[in-house]
Amino acid sequence: MSGGTRIIRSREWARPPAPVRREVRRALPAGDEGKPPLLFVPGFGSGAGAFAEHWLDHAAGRGFPAYAVSPRGHGLSAPGPGATLREYAHDVVQEAAALPRRAVLVGHGAGALVVAYGLARYPARAAVLVSPVLGGFGPLRAALARNPFGTVPALFGGPLRLSRRQLFSRELPEHLADEYADRRGRASARAQWQLLRHRPPEPAVGDPPVLVAGSPDDRVVPAKALTEAARRYGGAPLLFPGMGHELMLDARWREPIDAILDWLDKGSVL
Amino acid sequence: MSTDPGYDANGTLPLTRDGRAVSDRGGTVCVIGAGASGLAAVKNLLEHGFGVDCYERETGVGGAWNWRHDRSPVSAGTHLISSKPMSQYPDFPMPDAWPDYPAHGLVLSYLERYAEHFELKPHVWFGTEVVRVEPAGGDRWDVTTRSTGGCGSQRTSRYAAVVVANGHNWAPRMPAYEGQESYRGEIIHGSAYKEPNQVRGRKVLVVGGGNTGCDIAVEAATHAARCWHSTRRGYWYAPKYLMGRPTDQVNAGVLRWRLPLWLRQRLMHRVLRLVVGDLTRFGLPRPDHGVFQSHPIVNGQLLHHVGHGGIRPVPEVARFTRHSVILTDGRELDPDLVVMATGYEPRFEFLDPGLLDRDADGRPRLYLHTFPAAQPTLAVAGLVQPDSGVLPLAHWQSVAFARWLRLREAAPQRAARFRERVSGGARGRWKDATPTDSPRHWFEVSHDVYLRELQRALDDLKAVPA
Repeated sequence: MSGGTRIIRSREWARPPAPVRREVRRALPAGDEGKPPLLFVPGFGSGAGAFAEHWLDHAAGRGFPAYAVSPRGHGLSAPGPGATLREYAHDVVQEAAALPRRAVLVGHGAGALVVAYGLARYPARAAVLVSPVLGGFGPLRAALARNPFGTVPALFGGPLRLSRRQLFSRELPEHLADEYADRRGRASARAQWQLLRHRPPEPAVGDPPVLVAGSPDDRVVPAKALTEAARRYGGAPLLFPGMGHELMLDARWREPIDAILDWLDKGSVL
Repeated sequence: MSTDPGYDANGTLPLTRDGRAVSDRGGTVCVIGAGASGLAAVKNLLEHGFGVDCYERETGVGGAWNWRHDRSPVSAGTHLISSKPMSQYPDFPMPDAWPDYPAHGLVLSYLERYAEHFELKPHVWFGTEVVRVEPAGGDRWDVTTRSTGGCGSQRTSRYAAVVVANGHNWAPRMPAYEGQESYRGEIIHGSAYKEPNQVRGRKVLVVGGGNTGCDIAVEAATHAARCWHSTRRGYWYAPKYLMGRPTDQVNAGVLRWRLPLWLRQRLMHRVLRLVVGDLTRFGLPRPDHGVFQSHPIVNGQLLHHVGHGGIRPVPEVARFTRHSVILTDGRELDPDLVVMATGYEPRFEFLDPGLLDRDADGRPRLYLHTFPAAQPTLAVAGLVQPDSGVLPLAHWQSVAFARWLRLREAAPQRAARFRERVSGGARGRWKDATPTDSPRHWFEVSHDVYLRELQRALDDLKAVPA
């Protein structure tokens, strides 16, 4: 975050993102308990389906209307060649504003950066950044060191391929890890580049509380990056040692989502 | 400001200056009106942690955009004339699935969804109109309300601040031509035009070259037996699309280059000459002013209907006889119906005129048409006519007011900087070219010039780091 709110938005007025068909997955609680809707945003290469695996149903089971959106070019949404962070954030804000009540935005991986952009355009009730990849050269160095063959093509506009060892802990059965890893797609080359260099997100509107959660054993996001991200939003990260990058798919997926829902239940959010 | 008016006999309830009991609402802020500007004020004040009481004389939200409201000026065919990105609240986008220029019904459902999404309705007192707003000492305000229509008793509440968002498109401005009273045909104001049935099969004269006048003329062209359209001067008619894109989006793209006004005007004249062409061929007067100098007329259909003979352009009305209308060129018309699309007059009957620093002509002199210099806890929202939608401007006006109210408690020195801006800027215009007919168009603004100044004000009011 830097600077103040910019209210002259010539680019957005002159060139609004093209409308696309978007995939939205949902799980709704049996009755309305007055809890805010959650909108999950997957990271680059992933889709809403990653949350439909466990988290959506679990959140609904605890009374939260739960939704997940695939930004353009991801999951079953329409293709988005040449899409940028601005377009991804547009997709998220569109779906957030379509919900019946003010939503909590939950972004995973680079989806956390998309959420940070979205927070400048939509006064979310709260935000949760899960294993956030907020960009910069730190994560790139880590990725090059751990998985050079999957990372180098991305520098030339190819897809960024994360290996299952980067994504999951060893507790997740191998066949599942392979299946999840095979399902992955890619973000646009421009958006991948933007991970390295982008205009910092404008300040969030409406001053929402922000929670950062992740694993110190994440092989994509270094523990230091987690602490830094949390400090940026004035807090400390919630840590789940022993888990991989994909907290919502890993063997112990229940722990982080329960902690997040507890934070929402207890906090000043409701 | 007066001194504190005192308390009742038991010393518990405060009293107004004329001795009525007041219920003290503490730090709560009062918002007058739940239309587009009022709703934004309610939402932004709540977001900044204020309690809010909003009074709405009607039984629903949406103000002018709610066709059920008796003061609503919309007709069946009303559409936005600015496209979605320039018309929506900056933090609550209109759905992608909607067209570029939504119809009034969509705009109303947008406002209803906004109220629903941010849970604003519990803060609105529907069916309640504001009778009086008076200073109560200590920069606080006594607001007296009653049920709409005047039945029932009045009650007075004391507020920390007041946002006036009562709209400016509901009190018709009717011209008075010679002989108009004795005219035997029907004369209505543009706001009373609701649907094409009113003109079907009749001879109609539409007076007024603004957007409303052009819209009504276009509808009359297809439904009336005959339609004359009387304008006082020439206008620029911008089509709704240029090169397949909404015209305001193309213009916003040009604005990004930050060219000087004369160059932008030349560019736009060139484009309009290419796309629209020579208006005098259609029998319309040549525009007597540069483009961007008056509120844009966005209507791609007018010339089409002039070309088909559905609309006959005529000069200004000179006078009425008992059975006809005489024009300034001496021609005599015999319409069955005259529609006066001659605009509206802003009105604030519940406020002492002095409080809004009104000038000799009764026009408020407010910084950014929002902040009165002498009243730190009073603001007017939405009293602007921009070359974009009003909602984005109204949104940032109320954000600025909410930030100002917060900062004034938290950092009085920083807040003083904003007050200097307010008292120094009360005579600004926030328009990149002086309008030709300036007294009538005093609250017309250019959205980019206006927002640039509002940006400076917001930067002054940036929250104090905790």
